[in-house]
Amino acid sequence: MFEASRLHKRFGQHVVLEDVSLRFEAGRLSGIMGPNGAGKTTCFNLLTGRYAPDRGKVTFEGRDITGLPPRAIARLGISRSFQVMNLFDDYSALDNVRVALPETRARGLSMLGAFGGDTDVLERVGLAGKEKVKAKALSYGDRRALEIGVALAARPRLLFLDEPTAGLGTEATVRIAQLIAELKRSITIVMIEHDMKFLFGLADHIYVMHWGQVIAQGSPAELRANPWVRRSNLGQLG
Amino acid sequence: MLLRTKGAWFPAPMLATFALFASLPFWIKGVGLYPYLGVEVMIWVIYALGFNLLLGYGGLPSFGHGAFFGVGAYAFGLAQFHLAPNLWLCLAVAVLAGGLAGALVALFISHRRGIYYALLTIAFGQIFWFVAIKWHSVTRGEDGLLNIKRPAFLDDLNSLYYFCFAVFVLVVILLWRLVNAPFGRVLSAIRQNETRARFVGYHVWLYKWLAFVVSALIAGLAGGLFALAQQSAYPNVMSLHQSGFVVMMALVGGGLVSFWGPVVGAVLFFLARDLLGAYTEAWLLWYGLLFMAIVLFKPEGLAGLFNVRSKPAA
Repeated sequence: MFEASRLHKRFGQHVVLEDVSLRFEAGRLSGIMGPNGAGKTTCFNLLTGRYAPDRGKVTFEGRDITGLPPRAIARLGISRSFQVMNLFDDYSALDNVRVALPETRARGLSMLGAFGGDTDVLERVGLAGKEKVKAKALSYGDRRALEIGVALAARPRLLFLDEPTAGLGTEATVRIAQLIAELKRSITIVMIEHDMKFLFGLADHIYVMHWGQVIAQGSPAELRANPWVRRSNLGQLG
Repeated sequence: MLLRTKGAWFPAPMLATFALFASLPFWIKGVGLYPYLGVEVMIWVIYALGFNLLLGYGGLPSFGHGAFFGVGAYAFGLAQFHLAPNLWLCLAVAVLAGGLAGALVALFISHRRGIYYALLTIAFGQIFWFVAIKWHSVTRGEDGLLNIKRPAFLDDLNSLYYFCFAVFVLVVILLWRLVNAPFGRVLSAIRQNETRARFVGYHVWLYKWLAFVVSALIAGLAGGLFALAQQSAYPNVMSLHQSGFVVMMALVGGGLVSFWGPVVGAVLFFLARDLLGAYTEAWLLWYGLLFMAIVLFKPEGLAGLFNVRSKPAA
């Protein structure tokens, strides 16, 4: 479904990604893990159009999308959430998701029509009853949920989630885990995550990155059995 | 959940504004002012509301917007002199000329943000002002275009007033619809988070460009009405300090938090000019101090002071 082959990226003299190849199969949840500075978010940024790779190729459903801008990639049905929250803070939760609806996008240049659209996204992400609350007035956990909600509102076929549980307590993490488990049934998901228990509990396939390279990959069971990966990354799994 | 409710179409501040200006000729002399002030205020409110589409909704600070007001004024006069002395044609030319100038400028600035955007608008504004002064064969230099005629049916002040009022009503309703339509709401979303807007699929540059064009079209219309009312067009309206007036009107009134902020700002500006101006030539100093105080202590402007929530943001 989505394939990145031999991606390279450098900023000045600093090589941040080197020869990274990834393949995300339809209907599966793929994870990317690794320590801080491993190049995970840069990798996401390359795959979703924020940066163009210096070398390498990205294809989605057989189509070359290398170097396309974010808006073109979004219109292909690829959506993403951000590690640092990116919401429309002055808008209500409902208007945040309304802006992201494909119908709104299609009529975005309309200067006299009505802005609206009904959606069940807020219910799905657990924000029912908070439709009218401004994004900036939501709790941290609710903002995390809305971050995913905005990505979901675009009705993606492929969803990139960048550390969806960053900064969340146990209860909120469980809520996000339940949400992602539910989403997994209908959407192909790629997720960066530091919480290993969380990631191993949800992912079908995981890539391990370090120093801008993929150093291992496999199913959670395979990675658990890999003594080198276990030693370097999975201490917290116990 | 839709915004297409009676309240959204004709909100109370809109009805109050219309009532105020519709009745103005009947009471303005009673408070020691004069009816032509109402014409001036309405023209500047049109201009300021169009400007606020950029500043308040798009977060795009244009400090050279007088250029498009001036282009509209000159276009009105030139169309009357060289095409035909037809009011509708001249107004249409003013609107189109303002929009065309805006479209051209916006091509060069719409990929910029913040201070770079602001500086570019100043630079382009100065170019238009300089051309207006130096292109003597067309603009008549510093004297400007004089003896612009009003059509016979607008010869008396009352007719002129209600003609401007009709245009004013139309512009206010259309702009109110626009900011509540998908375009306005997406533009506001882009102001709040340009990165996220890109990642949900919006062509941000196109929205910024279009907002500038619409704003310049309205400035051109206001400029055309100004030439009609003043029966002249001159380079001063394109100067940097005249461009600053519309920024002050939008900010002092509270354009950042309310659609109606520029209405309040423009009314206050002209009242300050005429009332303070009766006592001191330095009225602008006092208005400037008010502007500074608002920026320092109430950056949302007067609309923020009264907690006006007319902007349908949430």
